[in-house]
Amino acid sequence: MKKYKKYNTTVTGAEAVILSLLDAEVTDVFGYPGGAIMPVYDALYDYMDQLNHYLVRHEQGATHAAQGYSRVSGKPGVVFATSGPGATNLITGIADAQIDSTPLVCITGQVHSHLLGTDAFQETDVVGISMPVTKWNVQVTKAEDIAPAIAKAFYIATSGRPGPVLVDITKDAQFGKTTYNYEKCESIRSYFPCPKVNEDEVLKAADLINNAQRPYILCGHGVLLSGAEKQLLQLAEKAQIPVASTLLGLGAFPPQHPLYVGYLGMHGNYGPNLLTNECDVLIAIGMRFDDRVTGNVSKYAKQAKVIHFEIDPSEVNKIIYADVALLGDAKEALELLLPKIKSQKHKDWLQKFTDCTAIEFEKVVKNAVNPTSEKLRMAEVIDQFHKLSDGNAIVVTDVGQHQMITSRYYKFNYPNHNVTSGGLGTMGFGLPAAIGAKVAQPTKEVVAVLGDGGFQMTIQELGTIMQSNIPVKILILNNNFLGMVRQWQQLFFDRRYSFTEMKNPNFVAIANGYNIKGKKVTERKDLNEALKEMYESKEAYLLEVVVEAEENVFPMITTGASVSEIILE
Amino acid sequence: MENTYTLSVFTEDKIGLLNRVTIIFTRRHINIESITASESEVKGIYRYTIVVTASQEQVEKLVGQIEKQIEVLKAFYHINNDILSREMALYKVSAEALKENELFTRIVNENHAKILSIAPEYIVVEKTGDEREIKHLFNDLEKFGMLEFVRSGRVAITKPMKTLTTYLKEIENNSNTTIKHFNS
Repeated sequence: MKKYKKYNTTVTGAEAVILSLLDAEVTDVFGYPGGAIMPVYDALYDYMDQLNHYLVRHEQGATHAAQGYSRVSGKPGVVFATSGPGATNLITGIADAQIDSTPLVCITGQVHSHLLGTDAFQETDVVGISMPVTKWNVQVTKAEDIAPAIAKAFYIATSGRPGPVLVDITKDAQFGKTTYNYEKCESIRSYFPCPKVNEDEVLKAADLINNAQRPYILCGHGVLLSGAEKQLLQLAEKAQIPVASTLLGLGAFPPQHPLYVGYLGMHGNYGPNLLTNECDVLIAIGMRFDDRVTGNVSKYAKQAKVIHFEIDPSEVNKIIYADVALLGDAKEALELLLPKIKSQKHKDWLQKFTDCTAIEFEKVVKNAVNPTSEKLRMAEVIDQFHKLSDGNAIVVTDVGQHQMITSRYYKFNYPNHNVTSGGLGTMGFGLPAAIGAKVAQPTKEVVAVLGDGGFQMTIQELGTIMQSNIPVKILILNNNFLGMVRQWQQLFFDRRYSFTEMKNPNFVAIANGYNIKGKKVTERKDLNEALKEMYESKEAYLLEVVVEAEENVFPMITTGASVSEIILE
Repeated sequence: MENTYTLSVFTEDKIGLLNRVTIIFTRRHINIESITASESEVKGIYRYTIVVTASQEQVEKLVGQIEKQIEVLKAFYHINNDILSREMALYKVSAEALKENELFTRIVNENHAKILSIAPEYIVVEKTGDEREIKHLFNDLEKFGMLEFVRSGRVAITKPMKTLTTYLKEIENNSNTTIKHFNS
């Protein structure tokens, strides 16, 4: 790699952008050029050997790719876009990253500073527009302010509870000259990213856990962000506590472990939801009691004492009152807690989960993975894919029925292998996020599991796969419906299927048009072979599996119901 | 139960930060009754005084979300008993009032207000006080013909003796000295 030595030399603001990224150890950028960011792209032309740029087909795709990149690597995702429409197209991805605590640094070009506020061509107030969905944002109008702003942006995006930041740079700042220097930002007077764990609270938590008869751990994304998987395992094993995971926490705890009881939430497993209302101490680690997890909060774990491990003080008592709040980094808090935990056995309590798993297997799982129906069912596809990949693949999902089925039936052996849009529920997330994930982890198999609806929201990113030669596998579960909305229409709107049926194109032909191999499967007998061909392909590959049109995802906690009112059919 | 709360928010001087703070109220459909911003006793640190009617739970969550903003140093909320607060109002009344000079002067004096300016067509009266006192003077002056009325937002001083600098030291000590980076 060519070494750049530019400190104390005069460079343009645009070159300062590129140099700052290199100093922030950025290796990959997802973006799309345009008028107001042209100087940065011009500067990039000289650094193509050091900074890999992936040309997406729509700016939203750049944000999702950057999210996928970050979620599997732990590094911040970096995005370039131009002003006006380029900048506004980022908003969905930024909002998704904000609600799912994903660090992104978005750099947008802006019109000349003397044109700000004049409704100039491609001018939009992106700082104003992005304010509610960014952790921090700033507009830079001088070349000398660029490097400090970018340094600050990386620090804020990646520290504490991670999140997206946006740096908007006017065109004159990009053209302006400055003496380049980069000083890594390591603190900000008004910003306290990680509270220090309070030892008194640790003692209170230990006391509750040591005296609990039916303790229960809920692990979330925070465990992965903190890298606390080992400490979580130690806590669970030492005190024999069952562990359930949120959607974004999948992979934080080994799925085959006897203490792992399953997945939480609206379409989660039976026991983990039902028994939330039977535990006596609820230990929530790095999760924020999303409404898809809690169901009706007034009937949620009322019998239990709650211990909340949380890095963001504003999350404590936001939804569920915490009897003990362990503010700070989850790993650090768990390390302080572990020596104070006594070995325990909770045989009868664990047996309850085992019983629930057996009930769910009989009523739901058995028939879902070995159906007698003529048409293929989503769960059998995911189950076979899981077996084929041994749970080792990075699986990126979109939003809807296929997402819930994948979360239920794919067992992630490793942390940071599950990439999905949780809080925002962004259809169109899957394909570009898979591209980003593959860029970050080129030696891992990355499979995007998508529905026919979500795939078509960002289908143009097949062009990115073609141009940058990114061997992403695409598995479409096609039911020719916006399945989750249809399921709700069936259950709660008297089967009035208002605009949920999709007339779909020939997906394989479209893939072929982008020079991507593809196959369509409609018969059960062809499924396994086709999955294998997709998985083992050295190049990008699209497999369309036509599944039962009107299948519902169960179990389900209906709107307004309590977690203990979860229905199995 | 809803109550009137006064929020004091201490911030860095940054363009757009006030917008970030007000978005937090808008998103939760809470109306800001008044807002005042100025530099505090510490150079470079700004103080917003915000008045809202809300429940204690709502206010606690608002303060949490406000403090979460990167450039906010500290936010507090107070009930009316914990603060000394004032608003200022200007009343422009018709010069006709001078025809009843004695009554007019008595009203101004009794309300602890003062005459700021007298012009051929109008008189401007200035009054500092709480919301109720300002409203009271408005009612008294209305009969002379109110041409214009403007009232400032609330400014408030807290009764407890703890100073901003003490809080700043405290938060510095409580925050983690080893700064946590994502996945490192």
